[in-house]
Amino acid sequence: MSNAVDTATPKRRGFSASLLKRLKSLVTVLFSVLLTLVGLLFITFIIGRVMPIDPVLAIVGERASQEIYDAAYISLGLDKPLFVQFGLFLKQIAQGDFGISNLTARPVSEDIIRVFPATLELASLGTVFGIVFGIPMGVVAAVNEGKWQDQVVRFVGLFGYSMPIFWIGLVGLIIFYGILGWVGGPGRLDIYYEDVIPVVTGLVLIDSLIEGDIDIFWNAFSHIILPASILGYYSLAYISRMTRSFMLEQLSQEYITTARVKGLSEHTVVWRHALGNVMIPLITVIALSYANLLEGSVLTEIIFAWPGLGSYLTTALLSADMNAVIGGTVVVGMIFVGLNLLSDFLYKVVDPRAR
Amino acid sequence: MKIKNILKGLVFATAVSATALSASATFAGTPDNVLVVANRIDDIVSLDPQELFEFAGSDYANNVYDTLVVFDPNDLSKGYQPGLAESWTISDDGKTFTFKMAKGRKFHSGNAVTAHDAAFSLQRAVGMKKTPSFILTQFGFNADNLNATIKATDDDTLVVTTDEKYAPSFVLNCFTAVISSIVDSKVVKSHEVDGDWGNVWLQTNSAGSGAYSLVNWKPNQSYKLKVNGDYWQKKPAMKSVIVRHIAESATQRLLLEKGDIDVARNLTPTDVEGISGNSDIAVDNDLRGRIMYISMNQKDPILSKPKVREALRYLIDYEGMTNSFLKGQYVVHQAFLPLTYMGELKDKPFSLNLAKAKKLLAEAGHADGFDAEIIVRNAQERIQIAQSIQNTFKQAGINISLTQGTGKQILGKYRARDFQIYVGAWGPDYPDPHTNADTFASNPNNTDEAKLTGKLAWRNAWDISDMTARTKAAVQETDNAKRAAMYIDIQKEHQMTSPFVEMFQKNEQTGRRANVKGFVTGSAVTQVFYWTVTK
Repeated sequence: MSNAVDTATPKRRGFSASLLKRLKSLVTVLFSVLLTLVGLLFITFIIGRVMPIDPVLAIVGERASQEIYDAAYISLGLDKPLFVQFGLFLKQIAQGDFGISNLTARPVSEDIIRVFPATLELASLGTVFGIVFGIPMGVVAAVNEGKWQDQVVRFVGLFGYSMPIFWIGLVGLIIFYGILGWVGGPGRLDIYYEDVIPVVTGLVLIDSLIEGDIDIFWNAFSHIILPASILGYYSLAYISRMTRSFMLEQLSQEYITTARVKGLSEHTVVWRHALGNVMIPLITVIALSYANLLEGSVLTEIIFAWPGLGSYLTTALLSADMNAVIGGTVVVGMIFVGLNLLSDFLYKVVDPRAR
Repeated sequence: MKIKNILKGLVFATAVSATALSASATFAGTPDNVLVVANRIDDIVSLDPQELFEFAGSDYANNVYDTLVVFDPNDLSKGYQPGLAESWTISDDGKTFTFKMAKGRKFHSGNAVTAHDAAFSLQRAVGMKKTPSFILTQFGFNADNLNATIKATDDDTLVVTTDEKYAPSFVLNCFTAVISSIVDSKVVKSHEVDGDWGNVWLQTNSAGSGAYSLVNWKPNQSYKLKVNGDYWQKKPAMKSVIVRHIAESATQRLLLEKGDIDVARNLTPTDVEGISGNSDIAVDNDLRGRIMYISMNQKDPILSKPKVREALRYLIDYEGMTNSFLKGQYVVHQAFLPLTYMGELKDKPFSLNLAKAKKLLAEAGHADGFDAEIIVRNAQERIQIAQSIQNTFKQAGINISLTQGTGKQILGKYRARDFQIYVGAWGPDYPDPHTNADTFASNPNNTDEAKLTGKLAWRNAWDISDMTARTKAAVQETDNAKRAAMYIDIQKEHQMTSPFVEMFQKNEQTGRRANVKGFVTGSAVTQVFYWTVTK
């Protein structure tokens, strides 16, 4: 009895101490996230204000009379000092209200809910493509360092990295849509399928499955596959090169030699031991490339008439639609922060030392 | 070994999805009763007809709303025709217009179109004070007098009283403009919030009586219209119209070639040339209202000399530009009213003539030329025009420095009269000659303090009391033929003596599938019509 009590107390103390430690680290993380976001907002705000674009003209047009111009100027709050404007912005955003977009006459949050799923769908599929093809390619290249396999992977990677995306996009469209007719054209769906299924997640591939409409699913797939492959090609180029260099580092380690000496099969050595260790830094690489795609790829979106976050943000920026720009920036910022936190978390899952 | 298996698996998966895709993507062509248009529609900021003022938005409004008087898409040159009003009379003093509403017209909601709706709509245009409101407030309507000047005396009669006597054609032309669209007052009033005239609601919804009603609008993506089966002019053949935002010309071309869209509205000359051999596709040319010009600040001691102004008119390679980088996009036009407008002037007296220009410069005392600055917005076609001019001016010894800037910077200098030569574009605001005459040929007060920044003549410090008076007389002339002749006279003088060198008028090239007929883009005077389209 007494023995049990004696052992339980220090354990409990240890538990509460570790809880406190975790809470502390959580607070630190939250604080740094908040600081990052405020900094981000501040920079976006300042850039938006010094840009030589007039948000009032974007709304009222060049022909507006001075009276109409002034009314819009005041209704946008531009007559107030800059720091007051920034304060009002922060207050509004803290309440989760990004305001109304000047260009779409709708709440920015509604706009983002509309455009973000398109980007999410495209970026996710692109990243899956990048992982599924990029990691094996990187491994093959590392295992065959200097041989033809390595050269092929390097060539494919470099090509993907150095070709302008609008060129690859257009050529891809001409070949696979224009000539071969294998894939759907620009846009997320053929026009006959638009607005047919109810919007649940905003991701057409998933909404069509929820609705059980396999025709729409295939149609959406035929539209997304080409832009997703092109974005995937870019992330493949990055992921395969990083995988290759991480693998080369691992393959030269002594534990690999030990494993080989122990008589393990080459497959186990490469794919389980070496790749297993490579996965840890690779998570960060993948998370970053995913975050990059989630920002929305403007050129891809324009070529493929893909109504995503990238073209929304660009249009907003060019007309100084600051509510929309700030709303979009916060979303992109949160994605980066979120994915960074996620990769930190995955680190701990994969790497026992980080627990 | 296993690596190979994995790679094999990947190749197999790719092959399977490619097969599945080719099976699903064979479905091509648009349905027979659906019109699919590719256009740049990211300029739509509102769907409220009393607010919107950009191209894509005006196209939308022209099909969803009717006006008291309308254009006939089959013959735009006939001018205004009875629309929701079947007839009108004008009082002897020329100030009071009494419109008789046509019977049996209905809004999409099923409500009858009455004079009360017409009065509400015009009052709304004035009371909301949005950008295009000047088109109506120039007749003396304002927020304080709108109930007295615009009123329905019964369901069928609308009485509108202007502050002065104006040419009836001027008033009626303005009543064909989008701002004069008649909205369903019962529906709009029911969505009014804090005295906003239902503006917030109408920005994203429709309440009209036109050939189509709004199904949905996804900003920067698409809008979709469905047919009004009871449309009074004609039962439209297209049950629905989908306008998709496709920013890239090359993408529009691909879609058109594949037959996934019926009409492509933003093809570049390269892409137009690329599809010229395709028998499934036709390209239509239509003149639009935009005029390209250069203008010279009359505060400048050299540029204010008449002989210098004349010399510069002979130092522009009009044909050279329209045959090269402006091919298909612009035609040479040397008067301030666009062709297809009432009072159009077709004379083109100027072409590149170096000898004549040098002689004129010598007569002005500048045989060796001079230095000057051209300010231009950083838009491709304008920069190319400015460079061509820089090149030809140099041949007469005029050294031009080009200053590029954003719209805000360059327009700011222009409006502040702080420039020498400006490369500009001007599009008419409403389908009446006064829209351009009032800005190019009228300057009631040339002082800096007057700040008439809306008038191009003022921006160029061009002091013209005589021409201003003639422009004013033209806008009050009740006889349409006489009025047109007055504008021709004004333009003839303007063409020779003004600080403006009008150079080009916009030509729009529209690519369409050959089976699509009756797609009318509206020339310079109005907007696109979808209800005339058949396949």
